[in-house]
Amino acid sequence: MNPFEYVAPSDLREASSLLGSRWGQTEVLAGGTDLVTSLKQGITKPKRLVSLKNIPELKRIQVKKNTVRIGAMVTLRDLAANATIQEEFPALVTAIDGIGSSQIINAGTVAGDLCQRPRCWYFRNGFGLLAEDNGDSLVRTGDNRYHAIFGNDGRALFVNASSLAPALIALQAEISIVGAAGREREINAGDLFQAPNNGEDREVALRANEIVSEIKLPRENMQNASYEVRHRHGLDWPYATASVALKIRSGIAREASVVLGHVAPTPWPAVAASNLLNGARVDASLAEAVGEAAARGAKPLSGNAYKVQMVKTAVKRALLAAANA
Amino acid sequence: MAKVAWPEKGDRKILGSRIPRQDGPPKVTGTAKYSYDINRPDMLWGKLVTSPNAHAELISVDTSVAAAIPGVKAVWVDEELVGDELRYVGQVIACVAADTEEAAIEGAEKVKLQLKALEHQVADDDVALSSGRPSNKEQGNLDEGFAGADVVVEGEYGIAVITHCCLEPHGQVTEVKDGELHVWPSTQNVSRYANQFGDEIEIPQNKIHVDTQYMGGGFGSKFNIDKWGIIGAKLSQETGRPVKIMLDRKEELMIAGNRPSGFAKIKVGLQKDGLISAVDAEVWGSGGQGAFRAPPIPYVFTKVPNTRLVGKGIRTNRGGVRAWRAPNHPQGALLTMSAVDDAAAALGMDSLEFFMKNAALTDRPEVYREELQIAANIIGYRQKAHARGDSGSGPVKRGLGISMHTWGGRGHPSECDVTINSDGSVEAKIGSQDLGTGTRTCIAMVIAETLGLPYEAVTVHLGRNSYPQSGASGGSTTIGGISVSARRAATDALNDLLKTVAGRLGTTDDKLEASAGRIHQIEKAGGGVSWREACSMLGPNSITKRGINNPGESQQEGLISAGVGGVQIADVSVDVETGIVTMNEMVAVQDCGLIVNMKLAESQVYGALIMGITYALYEESIYDSKTGIMLNPDMEFYRLAGIKDVGDLKVHMMTGKGYDDRGIIGIGEPPAISPGAAISNAVANACGVRVPSLPLTPERVIAALQKGGDIA
Repeated sequence: MNPFEYVAPSDLREASSLLGSRWGQTEVLAGGTDLVTSLKQGITKPKRLVSLKNIPELKRIQVKKNTVRIGAMVTLRDLAANATIQEEFPALVTAIDGIGSSQIINAGTVAGDLCQRPRCWYFRNGFGLLAEDNGDSLVRTGDNRYHAIFGNDGRALFVNASSLAPALIALQAEISIVGAAGREREINAGDLFQAPNNGEDREVALRANEIVSEIKLPRENMQNASYEVRHRHGLDWPYATASVALKIRSGIAREASVVLGHVAPTPWPAVAASNLLNGARVDASLAEAVGEAAARGAKPLSGNAYKVQMVKTAVKRALLAAANA
Repeated sequence: MAKVAWPEKGDRKILGSRIPRQDGPPKVTGTAKYSYDINRPDMLWGKLVTSPNAHAELISVDTSVAAAIPGVKAVWVDEELVGDELRYVGQVIACVAADTEEAAIEGAEKVKLQLKALEHQVADDDVALSSGRPSNKEQGNLDEGFAGADVVVEGEYGIAVITHCCLEPHGQVTEVKDGELHVWPSTQNVSRYANQFGDEIEIPQNKIHVDTQYMGGGFGSKFNIDKWGIIGAKLSQETGRPVKIMLDRKEELMIAGNRPSGFAKIKVGLQKDGLISAVDAEVWGSGGQGAFRAPPIPYVFTKVPNTRLVGKGIRTNRGGVRAWRAPNHPQGALLTMSAVDDAAAALGMDSLEFFMKNAALTDRPEVYREELQIAANIIGYRQKAHARGDSGSGPVKRGLGISMHTWGGRGHPSECDVTINSDGSVEAKIGSQDLGTGTRTCIAMVIAETLGLPYEAVTVHLGRNSYPQSGASGGSTTIGGISVSARRAATDALNDLLKTVAGRLGTTDDKLEASAGRIHQIEKAGGGVSWREACSMLGPNSITKRGINNPGESQQEGLISAGVGGVQIADVSVDVETGIVTMNEMVAVQDCGLIVNMKLAESQVYGALIMGITYALYEESIYDSKTGIMLNPDMEFYRLAGIKDVGDLKVHMMTGKGYDDRGIIGIGEPPAISPGAAISNAVANACGVRVPSLPLTPERVIAALQKGGDIA
């Protein structure tokens, strides 16, 4: 681990001003469950860490009439324990339970979950985010059992590691971001993520001095659920996940959204599946067809075709769980 | 006069009881100090510099930058490696000792290696990669065996390389003081540790002091002093300061232990009554740089009349092989039991019936049949069993699988001193080690039983090479060794005491015995004198006697023996839409002769089941062909089972006639052998297809189902 400066300002604007304009010069410290390991592994070697722990407004959950506003530093434990979240957003509760590690759920934060780095084992072993060796992808020719089956035409082949993102995107959440000079902007949750095509960018579509400050979750009475294909009960990464949000009127699905996780460099909206679902009568055979639609267009690498089957199942089960909710 | 022979069932006061382990409270409260916890005044931290390449020529090592880092006190370099080849990632080249761990890490990173990359080879699953002359072992006439068979089934099976993944990594603290070397190593081999320094350091063995009070797992990987042991001693000599070198997790998983893989093509012939008539096996695999030894196939069924076993080794640029609980047996069990169970399924024969029938082809048919019946009853086999794949229409399929195993486990040579003091206190000294198996507790139990004292009355000192030498803890040899040496020492010491007491009571020692804290006329418990009073008759003296276990003699006397059988049945669920295998229940029925502590014996089996479920479902050492590195040297993708993953575990120990009377036999290895095979058979029974290779990860399950046409 390289020596670094540590600062913990009490103001968001100041925090942003302490961040560098290039990735890697500085890092934002939230729960630290990923960052501290990354520092030890030498994945990142910042000169300064900017902790957000002293900014009180980032730790609040505010339940308003039409939205739930979740501060960036709300812990996963506190989010899962919130009565409104439990009542109205079971897709998020399932996603948090699925993390499996009490330590990470207790210490990890909502924005930290969104901004954590990929688990790609080439990246973690020091070959860089794109894992290339003289321009050749180590992932394509190597062991890609845990890599992307969608969105893998470019140079990024890792999968996005966020547990919450698929559900937040399906639920049409918006994300507030604070940047230089306190400038604020708001984006759709899905727009937070990108598949980088060069060695400079990261997998989040932020500037290096921007900070996620809040997540706004609309209270639209959406039925919702997540399903994660996981092997172990304890800390483990899912092989594939699906989150589904929809309204059902007289048995017919409306405003449906299906989003996949751990299958692409970004959370992956399954557009064809959502389209098939909208306007259709929700039953077991539709769930099967929606699962098939979600898996269509997958381009497995040499060692991860099995994930296609998992996508079908995850979508089917998430949809049936949402419909029964 | 006390006799050495073990007491009969009705006369046992402590042996066989369920006394909790002595090391439990200190471990739970953190007062137990492992080697990793030893911190000496003014201690340096040593960090290894290892090969980043799987295969390369080491041209030069430049330590100048590292040596100039503040806090770095010494850099050791293996000069013999310079100009030579490096053969695997993680191979130890140098070591940096510094005031702080951080400085040592920084120093190790700054040692410059000039390397010339060479071709490497890390794959171990393709028989085409094998080299050298194959081994060949034949019995009977294979052609006749298959000609006489009614069903012939051929299949391919495999079991991946796993590592020992000790929770306490390998390493030690060394300190040289007044010309003497003190070492606190994490070792399974206290008595035979000092001699391994050989000529590497100029300190005679009588000035080397080894101390291991608690250690965090070895499983066969911690018999040796290892290169880092020698480096530590040399750096301590050079700097005059204590040095701690403990491997980090990455190193631990790469270089501190490999269980070899085993892949095989196996042809099995069955008669129509289900009896195995022929087994033809070609097996290949590797565990790194060492020689390949073909696992035994057919395993357990040693009396199959016609067999052939061809072994082909694959050399890989990966860390070396080390013994892992029952070396080669888990591989032999998985490969054999999968193949014969596939043959039974092809014949349409129920697995339990099949194993009952073929017990006739083993060395201990009665034991296996009795154990199969008990295991079947505990798990409810007859209520739950179904033909392979006949497991209902839902996506979650349930199935049962059986495996059987064997192991030797005869006690090793061991010496133990037992002292009875005139105040009545009793202590034992023995150069054995407690790996977490409960060795301390068992020694105290044997001595207390012998002296007719409560268990708490005995203090056991172990883990130092200044104590009488006792064997390495490997191969399930410890319990037999330490129990006999402790028993003999305690018996001799007691008989000395009885002589003294007899003189004072005006009787003869042959008329006295010790029980319930008193020394009294035989069969007159409650009379005589108290233990304390008896010991006070020693005046200023104490009694110390040495007990020796000579395995051959002790076996003849019936104190110990070798050769056990065990049966395991697994009950699993397979989600055929996701490939996820879940453990419902696992039953282990095991014999190990006379049981010293029932609770600890069962604990050994529980631990083995958990370790076995781990290698059956999750665990695998994954290497990247192009870069030659291990991709999962961490606890994230080197997956181990957690407590929620293992299902309901049930252990039944065989006791009574035919078991107790065999004397004491070891238990560490046998129960770790069958889990992979039993679970693989259960998965095949559940989902109708064989998933050929362990671990049974969802990707392998889905691939097998897709190949079998069960899912699109």
